[in-house]
Amino acid sequence: MIETGEILQTLRMIQEENFDIRTITLGINLLDCSDRDARVCADRVYEKICRIARNLVKTGEDIERELGIPIVNKRISVTPVSLICQEDPRPIAHALDRAAKEMGVNFLGGYSALMHKGATLADERLLASIPEVLAETERLCSSVNVGSTRSGLNMNAVREMGEVIKKTAELTSDSDGLGCAKLVVFANAVEDNPFMAGAFCGIGEPECAINVGVSGPGVVKRALEAVRGEPFDIVAETIKRTAFKITRVGQLVAREASERLSIPFGIVDLSLAPTPARGDSVAHILTEMGLEMAGAPGTTAALALLNDAVKKGGVMASNHVGGLSGAFIPVSEDIGMIEAASAGALSLEKLEAMTCVCSVGLDMIAIPGDTSAATISGIIADEAAIGMVNNKTTAVRVIPAVGKQAGDRVEFGGLLGFAPVMPVNRFGCDDFIARGGRIPAPLHSLRN
Amino acid sequence: MTKALISVTGADATGIIARVSTKLWEMNINILDITQTILSGYFTMMMVVDLDGAHKTFAEIDEAFQPIRDEMKMTIHMQRMDIFDAMHRV
Repeated sequence: MIETGEILQTLRMIQEENFDIRTITLGINLLDCSDRDARVCADRVYEKICRIARNLVKTGEDIERELGIPIVNKRISVTPVSLICQEDPRPIAHALDRAAKEMGVNFLGGYSALMHKGATLADERLLASIPEVLAETERLCSSVNVGSTRSGLNMNAVREMGEVIKKTAELTSDSDGLGCAKLVVFANAVEDNPFMAGAFCGIGEPECAINVGVSGPGVVKRALEAVRGEPFDIVAETIKRTAFKITRVGQLVAREASERLSIPFGIVDLSLAPTPARGDSVAHILTEMGLEMAGAPGTTAALALLNDAVKKGGVMASNHVGGLSGAFIPVSEDIGMIEAASAGALSLEKLEAMTCVCSVGLDMIAIPGDTSAATISGIIADEAAIGMVNNKTTAVRVIPAVGKQAGDRVEFGGLLGFAPVMPVNRFGCDDFIARGGRIPAPLHSLRN
Repeated sequence: MTKALISVTGADATGIIARVSTKLWEMNINILDITQTILSGYFTMMMVVDLDGAHKTFAEIDEAFQPIRDEMKMTIHMQRMDIFDAMHRV
């Protein structure tokens, strides 16, 4: 029998510490919708998504009610669109957006291209369409993979993505560049990531799969409050125990959703995903460890410990672990990161260092609107190099705030939050980015 | 057996247990365990119940507590025991 204290602990986690399941994401293969004619393809895509996902939101809400745990988002990820259409893919973008609205999901990911080694004609067409598509659609998310440990960095794609981000910001400038919040540039992108904006259903995935992302930075922070002043051995152990409990619930939700929808369970993503709400911050876990603010010396070490302990605790709690799995450090989506960036404690360079030891990368960072496309490409190249050399996923989701300077503020609303515009190194890299070509894969890519 | 936890919290008042257990009896729901305490002035009751004999769906049972919530100004949550088992038992 469960003891009263255990019940109260669970209830406190949910009611006071913002423990929730961040997303149930349904991955759907669209390869069979392929056609030379984009309009035919779009019709098939719409029909298939509406057929497979029709019970997704209702099932998520039923599980939420019965288990008494909030399931914040129900989402869909699909096969990268550049793989299913050789022509102008814009009709498919609009079909995906309509399907997302019809199914009641807030985001659908997969307007994507995998061009880590090179671009197909379809990849190029998709890339060219991204700015307009993100300006014209509401719920569609886009991602592009520009490098991997096995294949090196596609520097042509890196150069183009600087321009794509810049143009997307301009076309969505009346919403503070919101289009860029729906666009991620990856190195080592994963095929089963349930989190937006980078979710897509990779080609190694089954016909469809349920992937679940958990969250709960507030729970970890509260647990650490009980061990203030104790050595790091105890800090790590406390995080592991907490991560285990959180992930067990993620596994339960994933299993329930899988059974009810008759769709195979894919993975649980062992994540700490913050929101702008107070008490739901990854940065505040770092300050709880003894830092005055996120970004202070010691931050990278604190984050390394956190990220590792979350994985060690979570991995025993789930049959299959995948996705991005680790602590996320988006700036605009985390009140502690917003405070640190506003106070000048956190710079772009420190964030880059932090991405070496945690999940993903430079995320939801507003930069001055006059930042050049080449500089954005330089930022992408640096981040992708970290991913390539360290055999991990890295990503860049920066938002050039049109007409704004460092110190101004941008507002995205909801889970996407708000952020101070952060200064960018003012020295140029134009000639470096203009070279193009490929940066060869590192020696340790040869593992056979 | 589908077990659920019903947690009831709010200012202490007479008849809380009577109201909740009567409602459960009306829906043919068996009470397996019950604990109650006063935590810093707040009445806290936890009931473990068996839903298998109930003639209503989970959502309908939850909805049936609404009049008690409204009249007695109590917070009443019902959730399946599986979440506690998952979190605290390996």
